[in-house]
Amino acid sequence: MESLLAILSGFLVAAGIFCLLQRSLARLVIGIIILGQAANLIIFTAAGLKTSNPAIIPEGSTSLTGLYADPLPQAIVLTAIVIGFGFTAFLLALLHRTYKTLNTEDIEELKNTDTEL
Amino acid sequence: MNILIAPIIIPLTAALLCVLFKNSLTKQRVISGLSLIAHICISFYLLTATKENGFITLNSGGWESTIGIVLVVDIFSSLMLFITGFVSLCVLVYSFKEIEQKIQSRYYYPLFNFLLVGVNGSFITGDLFNLYVWFEIMLLASFILLAMGRQADQLEGAIKYVLLNLFSSFLFLIGVGILYAKVGSLNLADIALKVSQDPNGDLLNTTGVIFLVSFGFKAAIFPFFFWLPASYHTPPTAISALFAGLLTKVGVYALVRVFTLLFLTNSDIFKTILLVLALLTMVIGVLCAASQFEIRKILSVHIVSQIGYMILGLAMFTPLAIAGAIFYVIHNILVKTNLFLISGIILKHKKSTDLAKIGGLYKTHPFLSILFCLSAFSLAGIPPLSGFWAKLSILKATVESHWYFSLAVGLEVGVITLFSMTKIWSEAFWKDQPEEFEVENTEKGYSPYMIIPVIVMSISAISLGLFGDPVFKTCMQAAEQLLDSGEYINAVLGGMK
Repeated sequence: MESLLAILSGFLVAAGIFCLLQRSLARLVIGIIILGQAANLIIFTAAGLKTSNPAIIPEGSTSLTGLYADPLPQAIVLTAIVIGFGFTAFLLALLHRTYKTLNTEDIEELKNTDTEL
Repeated sequence: MNILIAPIIIPLTAALLCVLFKNSLTKQRVISGLSLIAHICISFYLLTATKENGFITLNSGGWESTIGIVLVVDIFSSLMLFITGFVSLCVLVYSFKEIEQKIQSRYYYPLFNFLLVGVNGSFITGDLFNLYVWFEIMLLASFILLAMGRQADQLEGAIKYVLLNLFSSFLFLIGVGILYAKVGSLNLADIALKVSQDPNGDLLNTTGVIFLVSFGFKAAIFPFFFWLPASYHTPPTAISALFAGLLTKVGVYALVRVFTLLFLTNSDIFKTILLVLALLTMVIGVLCAASQFEIRKILSVHIVSQIGYMILGLAMFTPLAIAGAIFYVIHNILVKTNLFLISGIILKHKKSTDLAKIGGLYKTHPFLSILFCLSAFSLAGIPPLSGFWAKLSILKATVESHWYFSLAVGLEVGVITLFSMTKIWSEAFWKDQPEEFEVENTEKGYSPYMIIPVIVMSISAISLGLFGDPVFKTCMQAAEQLLDSGEYINAVLGGMK
């Protein structure tokens, strides 16, 4: 299962970067979203997948017993999802405003601020 | 020590209060100013306390440090907090007049404070994932500040800045996840302890490279700096100045913190990688800057080359080199921000910062010319200004480490920096105003709100050069603290009170 998820996250990263390299602004957002999901999946997979119980102390006892899943990666992924959501919303607003102002969706035409190095 | 939370709480409260008083710009200014003064006082207190006792830690929420999020301040971070507060206060006062009222009312002050929340949080956290969160807060505030003017070039610059920085955050997040999988902890001290005991320490190098690339984006080192020259010259000057002073330095801070603790101690490969990147950053940054012909672009690209010196100091990994790098960071934050502020006054007066279109400033603004001259020569490293001591200590460290090639490169880059600065000087200040670009402008740009911050920062930059000895001694102490990761581990893991 782990190797399957590892390959899947590799595919997601490849897809995300492919989208980032496109000329259309809308695909940039899609690329960033896919990369965000890939990162979440990588954290989730890297922290280890196992069939076990949630990390909740059963009633009546004082400590965890038996196999339990590590709650920390889940907390990280949850935070990362929320942050990613915020960024996606901002990015969409920014691209919408850019499209309205510059009237173009082609990244090749966005070369006015480039400093020729 | 509960006071440790103050550098986060104070700007956060100020930001929220500014949102409450959104109809009164005056109230927002007073709130932000007061919060920054409080910030400066507290960081000064933290600085004296860390100089005496070493580390101050706070286990937030009372959790044990390996379970909860721990906040740690050492001399390096309190120095950074102090200089951040000082520079932000100057930029804040400057922005009262520099930024249009219309743009200020688009929640400029709340965002300014949120940016500081992110910056301060990054300086005091002792937890890797928490560092990511502070980075994101800082980034989101900076994104909005950058695109705030809603002009075409600002939006365009913002897109480039946003995309590349989001990509670097993605790498950081992956790095955090993989490191957690390898060592099972997110607490920096705990990771450092586990790494130092691990016989297969080399396996961490792959993760180290992910962190290097991610922080490299934020610090704008070669070859990850291309977002910087595409965006830093577009927003209002006060915002550019704040970004130029603080944001890349947060990347440098993260590099220094994470690499001294985790990666440099255990393997030599990062010294080589950092050395090569540092030299390339210095050379390419300075050459790109020399080819520019617009003041703000020259200054922006120059940030890149200065970052190279700091990374060179980190790569050498000796007390003198790291102290030099820290001193360089402080000097650069002061001087670079000041140069940007001066360019803003020029822009207000001449309506342009293109060197071909302006001139004769020495005739009309003799006082400003002197201030510019001092900062520019300090940046180039002319004795006895602060840049000289910063460069001297780093170059002296290259001699001690027998890295003579780096010494040659460092000297050469200094000369080309001087070339760029004299170019601005001779074009903008000495040459006569080209008549075809003459603008009718009675406004001299000398609003007291704009010139006083420049004077204050110039004076502090000069005093950093003339009376820099206590500062440098503090940097030495900070460097010794950074090199002794055992002390950090003890302070965080052993200091559970």
